[in-house]
Amino acid sequence: MKSFTYERARTPAEAAASVAKIPGAKFLAGGTNLLDLMKLEIETPTHLVDVQDIGLDTIEDTAEGGLRIGALVSNTALASDKRVRRDYGVLSRAIVAGASGQLRNKATTAGNLLQRTRCSYFYDTNMACNKRQPGSGCAAIQGFSRQLAVIGTSDSCIATYPGDMAIALRVLDATIGTVKPDGATRTIPMADFHRLPGDTPQIDNVLERGELITHVDLPRPIGGQHFYKKVRDRASYAFALVSVAAVIQPDGKMRAAFGGMAPKPWRVEAAEAGLHEDRAAAMETIFAGARPTEENAFKIPLAQRALASVVAQTRS
Amino acid sequence: MEFNAPADTNLFDTAKVVGKSTPRIDGPLKTTGTAPYAYERHDVVANQAYGYILGAAIAKGRITAMDVSQALAAPGVITVVTSPDTDVPGKSSMNNARLFGGSEVTHYHQAIACVVAETFEQARAAASLIRTQYDREKGRFDFPALAPDAPLARGRGDKPDQARLGDFDGAFAAAPVKLDATYTTPDESHAMMEPHATIAAWEGDRLTLWTSNQMVAWGKKSMGEALGIDPENIRLDSPYIGGGFGGKLFIRADVLVAALAARAAKRPVKIALQRPLIANNTTHRHATIQRIRIGADKEGKITAIAHENWSGNLNGEDGENGTYQTPILYAGANRLTSNYIATLDLPEGNAMRAPGEAPGHLALEVAMDELAEKLGLDPIELRIRNEPKTVPATPEKQFSDRNLVRCLREGADRFGWSQRKAEPGTVRDGQWLVGMGVAAGYRGAPTMKSGARIRLDGSGKVIVETDMTDIGTGSYTIIAQTAAETMGVPLDRVQVTLGDSRFPASSGSGGQWGAASSTAGVYAACVNLRRAIGEKLGFNGDEAVFADSQIRAGDRVIDLAEAGTMSADGEITFGKFKREYDVGTYAAHFAEVAVNAYTGEARIRRMLAVCDAGRILNPLSARSQVIGAMVMAAGAALMEELVVDKRFGLFVNHDLAGYEVPVHADITQQDVLFLDTLDSVISPMKAKGVGELGICGPGAAIANAIFNATGVRVREYPITLDKYFERLPVIA
Ligand SMILES: Cc1cc2nc3c(=O)[nH]c(=O)nc-3n(C[C@H](O)[C@H](O)[C@H](O)COP(=O)(O)OP(=O)(O)OC[C@H]3O[C@@H](n4cnc5c(N)ncnc54)[C@H](O)[C@@H]3O)c2cc1C
Ligand code: SF4
Repeated sequence: MKSFTYERARTPAEAAASVAKIPGAKFLAGGTNLLDLMKLEIETPTHLVDVQDIGLDTIEDTAEGGLRIGALVSNTALASDKRVRRDYGVLSRAIVAGASGQLRNKATTAGNLLQRTRCSYFYDTNMACNKRQPGSGCAAIQGFSRQLAVIGTSDSCIATYPGDMAIALRVLDATIGTVKPDGATRTIPMADFHRLPGDTPQIDNVLERGELITHVDLPRPIGGQHFYKKVRDRASYAFALVSVAAVIQPDGKMRAAFGGMAPKPWRVEAAEAGLHEDRAAAMETIFAGARPTEENAFKIPLAQRALASVVAQTRS
Repeated sequence: MEFNAPADTNLFDTAKVVGKSTPRIDGPLKTTGTAPYAYERHDVVANQAYGYILGAAIAKGRITAMDVSQALAAPGVITVVTSPDTDVPGKSSMNNARLFGGSEVTHYHQAIACVVAETFEQARAAASLIRTQYDREKGRFDFPALAPDAPLARGRGDKPDQARLGDFDGAFAAAPVKLDATYTTPDESHAMMEPHATIAAWEGDRLTLWTSNQMVAWGKKSMGEALGIDPENIRLDSPYIGGGFGGKLFIRADVLVAALAARAAKRPVKIALQRPLIANNTTHRHATIQRIRIGADKEGKITAIAHENWSGNLNGEDGENGTYQTPILYAGANRLTSNYIATLDLPEGNAMRAPGEAPGHLALEVAMDELAEKLGLDPIELRIRNEPKTVPATPEKQFSDRNLVRCLREGADRFGWSQRKAEPGTVRDGQWLVGMGVAAGYRGAPTMKSGARIRLDGSGKVIVETDMTDIGTGSYTIIAQTAAETMGVPLDRVQVTLGDSRFPASSGSGGQWGAASSTAGVYAACVNLRRAIGEKLGFNGDEAVFADSQIRAGDRVIDLAEAGTMSADGEITFGKFKREYDVGTYAAHFAEVAVNAYTGEARIRRMLAVCDAGRILNPLSARSQVIGAMVMAAGAALMEELVVDKRFGLFVNHDLAGYEVPVHADITQQDVLFLDTLDSVISPMKAKGVGELGICGPGAAIANAIFNATGVRVREYPITLDKYFERLPVIA
């Protein structure tokens, strides 16, 4: 770990200003991802701005009939909130399918969205990795890629976005609220938040320097049955090979977003209408243009089966 | 005490303490976090500095330059020890890989430097400032590609490791029912909780090593060899070990480098291997390829059996021999076992819990299941029909005690085997296909000479001192039980001190020999002490009765406290008569597994092990041993794999996020049953170890259950869903 300086911000504006001011500064929330990466010198911030005292730790009803989740709300608090469990079951299930109880107690809503990939080569500083060290190459494309992405990838990087919560947020059409160092705020739809790698896989998302996530908004509940199916090698405490967040209405119409498949939560709204009519054809559209490796090609049929398993569980 | 004939009736046959379920006497220390593990021994020596090991960034080649100037200038740094600039006079005869010294790199993450600093964080930060240049060489990293040309390994007496009996080829060709299948098992990591850790301190030319090591006497000898100093000047102390599983049988880089760094820093140095280093820096279980051919008559009697095994290692030595159990488990007049080994440039493969047998059962016991399927026979019945009278591959040898058929039958009753549907893929529970599997288990029960010292403190308290180790197995408790029984005192009047090389050398912990050997050594020392007490107080120590903290000799009754302060050493050695026997442990393993019909996720529902291992010294800790081993076997069957990057020659998933071992949610109900058997050939205790027996078979039972659930056979371990979900029967 490189040595760094540390401060505790008192307000969102102060936090954003501090990070903008100091080159190489980063926000620190629960620390469950950032500190691990710092110990391995995958992340080497010069300065940490701890945001745990800035508030933003409540879940409020919104005027539109949805919920506003503060950036610092813990994963445990979010998953166990009565309103979330009642109206946004897919979110609650996705969160508890991730990490462990201890980690979820510490992990925050914003931090969870920003967790970095779990590609093995990203984690080994002796290996080439464009995401960690731009221009060094990608050891994974010809190497161990079983966990990695099949779609949305580039010749520079095939890493997945590894998280669970974001897959549910995507299916719920959540939006992300931020404040910039100059005080300007903006709202980013989940669909636009994570980036595809292209030639710049080191940039995971559209946040600007010093831009702080303040909250995540959930629109009005959409009803239906909520599912989060996470397929993995062990029963708990493992990242998804493939996951499906699905909301299925009584008439069979559904929304579905997929995890473990791409550098971002993968959802193709245009194809969703077909999912309850000709699922195979719709899935083909959703994963059209996929470029899997030999090791991870299984993910496409697995995603199909994971969704089939979910559909089979719907109450008739 | 030489044990040179089968044990007669002795005090353990009427034991009051030995054989009773006894909570660990070291339990409170462990549950309160106060058991002193190597890295946390802050109080043993003052002024400890922190060492941090840097691993090589390449798998094969030479270091051409190393610039440590920035590291030396970093805050808190005391010194930097580099491999090219360190002359390590010798090499431990027990290590295959070179641990430190010189410019040659023979495997990824080999220790190439150690930064010593005032704090751990300073040492770690400085280590990343070292700039190293290498000359890379091409390495041999692709075991499956190299295996076909691998030569036979060298077995006993340097002879090729191949054994034949009768005419395998002829008998196999003639057999009406034949099975020919090849199985592969991957490289696996011990993944013990406590990383390898050592504190080293020099006092003149005397070296003390507080470390985490299963075999204290071996460690002392190895360090003497490596440093070129008299081993008598070395003290190892290893009282608590947070798991070893064979990974701590031999010294590793932490020990040697801590000693070298402490010499350079002129201060005690402590080092723990960081988790991402462990998979490639230390040892692992080698991958295997195993081909099994079995020929049988129509009734299921085996007429021909061949088990050929391939593995690979650094220097082409010491592979993973999956055939070990095959000469012993099943009858059959015509036999062949062969063990081939390729030379690889991957990290050193070495012993991991039941080396050989653990992967061997994953092949043989699935082959038996496949044969049963071909014969249309119940797999338990097939095994019973092939129960041998003497050791199949060496028919002149007797079994010391073997109750495999009882294990299978009693297990079948307990598990509800009769509920199993012979037709695979026919039991459904919602989205899940459910199946049951069985496997037999065999693991040899070796013994090693073992010594101890028993002291009386004058108050009637008994103190046991031996360099025996407790690797989480429960040695403290069974040793205390043995001393309590033999000296006739309650358990709480016994104090056990382990792991210090200043004490008499013991068997150590490995190869499931520790429990049987070390307790026999304690017994031998107790017998000597009883005799010495008799001499001192004027009675025959062998005939007197030691019970209730008193000695009854003829009509005299003497308080043990009256013996005053006394001490006796003793050692058990084992005579040649054992060679006429195969002394082994047996088990029947059962598993019920559910497989998601859509995704192929396999989830274990129940497991049962029925074990035949002679007297069970402490059923409570023995059960823990077996259930732990069953968990490890489940890992091997379903998820554990060190993934080899064949381009760069490393295990890529070198942390506990990437290398998945089972978690609680993977293991639901586990049940263990011990048969009430005694083996008088093993030792005066008539007790055999169980720690490795428990991993021999459960993985195959799981694999067989998956087949029974789905009708799909996967012969490449681990059985992950990507290998078979597309072949699952279509759900209606
Ligand atoms: C062993 C292990 C297993 C795990 N398993 C899973 C799993 O199965 N599924 C899963 O989804 N996750 C899993 N995780 C990841 C876990 O969910 C994340 O580590 C956690 O959610 C991160 O939250 P945090 O608050 O600790 O973030 P931090 O580590 O504090 O921060 C992460 C990043 O977010 C930035 N950041 C934090 N807050 C803000 C903000 N308000 N605005 C802008 N930037 C911000 C930080 O600068 C940093 O770059 C696992 C983690 C571990 C260690
Ligand atoms: S896939 Fe992406 S994260 Fe992985 S090595 Fe390649 S560039 Fe790095």
